[in-house]
Amino acid sequence: MSIIKTINLNKIYNETVVPVHAVKDVNLEFEQGEFTAIIGPSGCGKTTLLNLIGGLDSPTSGEVIIDGTNISNLKPKEVIDFRLRNIGFVFQSYNLVPVLTAKENVEFIMQLQGSDKSKRDERVKILFEQIGLIDRMNDRPSKMSGGQQQRVAVARALASKPKFILADEPTANLDSAATSNLLDIMLKLNETENTTFIFSTHDSRVIERARRLITLKDGQVEKVE
Amino acid sequence: MAWRNIWRNKKRTLLTIFSIFIAVFLSLFTRSMQIGVYDNMISNAVKFSSGHIQIHKNGYWENKSLNEIFKDTKEIDEILKNNNNIEFYIPRIESYALASSGKHTKGSLVIGTDPEKENELNKYSQKIIKGDYLNSNDKAVVVAEKLAEYLNISVNDTIVMLGQGYHGITAAAQYKVKGIIDFPIPQLNNQLIIMPLAEAKYYYATDNQITSLSLMLKDADKVDATIAELKNSLNDEYEIMPWPEMNVELVQAIQSDSIGGIIMLGILYVVIGFGVFGTIMMMTMERKKEFAVMVSIGMQKLKILIVVIFETLFIGLVAVLLGILISYPILYYFYQNPIPLTGELAATYETFGIDPIIPFSINAHIFVNQTLTVIGITILAVFYPLSMILRFNIMKALRS
Repeated sequence: MSIIKTINLNKIYNETVVPVHAVKDVNLEFEQGEFTAIIGPSGCGKTTLLNLIGGLDSPTSGEVIIDGTNISNLKPKEVIDFRLRNIGFVFQSYNLVPVLTAKENVEFIMQLQGSDKSKRDERVKILFEQIGLIDRMNDRPSKMSGGQQQRVAVARALASKPKFILADEPTANLDSAATSNLLDIMLKLNETENTTFIFSTHDSRVIERARRLITLKDGQVEKVE
Repeated sequence: MAWRNIWRNKKRTLLTIFSIFIAVFLSLFTRSMQIGVYDNMISNAVKFSSGHIQIHKNGYWENKSLNEIFKDTKEIDEILKNNNNIEFYIPRIESYALASSGKHTKGSLVIGTDPEKENELNKYSQKIIKGDYLNSNDKAVVVAEKLAEYLNISVNDTIVMLGQGYHGITAAAQYKVKGIIDFPIPQLNNQLIIMPLAEAKYYYATDNQITSLSLMLKDADKVDATIAELKNSLNDEYEIMPWPEMNVELVQAIQSDSIGGIIMLGILYVVIGFGVFGTIMMMTMERKKEFAVMVSIGMQKLKILIVVIFETLFIGLVAVLLGILISYPILYYFYQNPIPLTGELAATYETFGIDPIIPFSINAHIFVNQTLTVIGITILAVFYPLSMILRFNIMKALRS
């Protein structure tokens, strides 16, 4: 059974001035445990589609149904809470909170969920072992490399035990070694914990390792392979 | 998180704290001085004339007539002694008489009082420039300097006093002048005659009756509470008045002067407000993307608002605490050692019977008011940045 389903999804910017049809009649389904890349040239609507799936943006028409919930019908506060409990995000430029340590950044989302300290400590330790940064837990992001920060961002996305993780061009700012390392970690998590990853990317290194590719062109699904 | 956030840009935060601190320091200093001066004026007025509270027979204050007087009884004495907030009280008879010596006659204000208690309060003995101060049993008077000059009398001379006593009886007597007093208030220095209370009772034929009981309190801020207690103990025959009702002109003068001070403080607060506003605005604007990420991962905007409010309060509280910690010892020093006035200004103060000093107040409410005001201003200053957080568009902020 699919955990994400988009039905006739459309997003039009500047409707009244110069309309830009960023996402056009997209109908997609994603299963639990997928490792999928949404690809296509710049401006094809990859990020917009991810934002619509993640509830960060609202569709002009159509529906996004996640695990049976039509998130287009939720109120703004409910959408935020829904994201907290169901969706993990990894951003292109890491976006860790600079005043918090790596551990606190990962713990932060669990605090928002109301987890108690012992559970948080346990989970944080496991995640840092998985991303290979157990010895850097107490460092601030500014003292870490881009690759390390992005691994912390992945740990943060996983901390809340989401149904799936949306990653918007996660390797765009990383060198080859860091990209390879990050992909290894994400693939391992996908395989061992059945974590669903959906990327937007035009990085060939990511495309090579994705199990499913969705190609967008001018906001429309051109190909699914 | 809020505490760490404010130290992201140390220079900016320190500058903001410093500007609030300076404003708090200046406002505490000026307010302490202003209230100290008012307290001094009130204290002088209260000590000399009204006391913190005065008890009369109903109707006396309106007519100031010797027919509206009351008995100085043991029952009243007991009630006043049993009240914990009354430090001491002075029974007085205040009336008028014509004072005459040779060819000169002048209307004078006569105060019959307990010489010892009065001296304790007003230090009259220190103001005697010729002769001696009074004892309770004296059958003599002390005359104000200018009145004595006008009557052309000196110590050991005799003056004739002619007036109207209780229920219209003629009050006439001659008294030896025991001392000449230099009274600081010109109006009183021209017309005041002080005599022992027992002699005043005899002269005005009031029997054991007096015109007023002036009460000095241990805690002057508890005037209303003390009046309420006295009203419960004394019957309706008496009017019990607080000092502001008896010194209306003084209260009005203080109020109008105080408005000027408050306007100055207001200007200072506006400056503080804009300083805090600028800092919080910058702290908000530069973190829009960060806030957007937080909302993306599941943090409600309300929680972000709380973090920003705490950041603002931390800045405000650190500055206020610093302001109080540094101001207090300085103000305490000036409270213990008021700034002495010299020259013409000192003479002017003395003319009005006010000690020629600039005293300071360290009353807790000055500090509490400043703290609450600065906290209030910081909360006001954060409103617009908070509204921006509530309204910001996640997508735009993420792209920024």
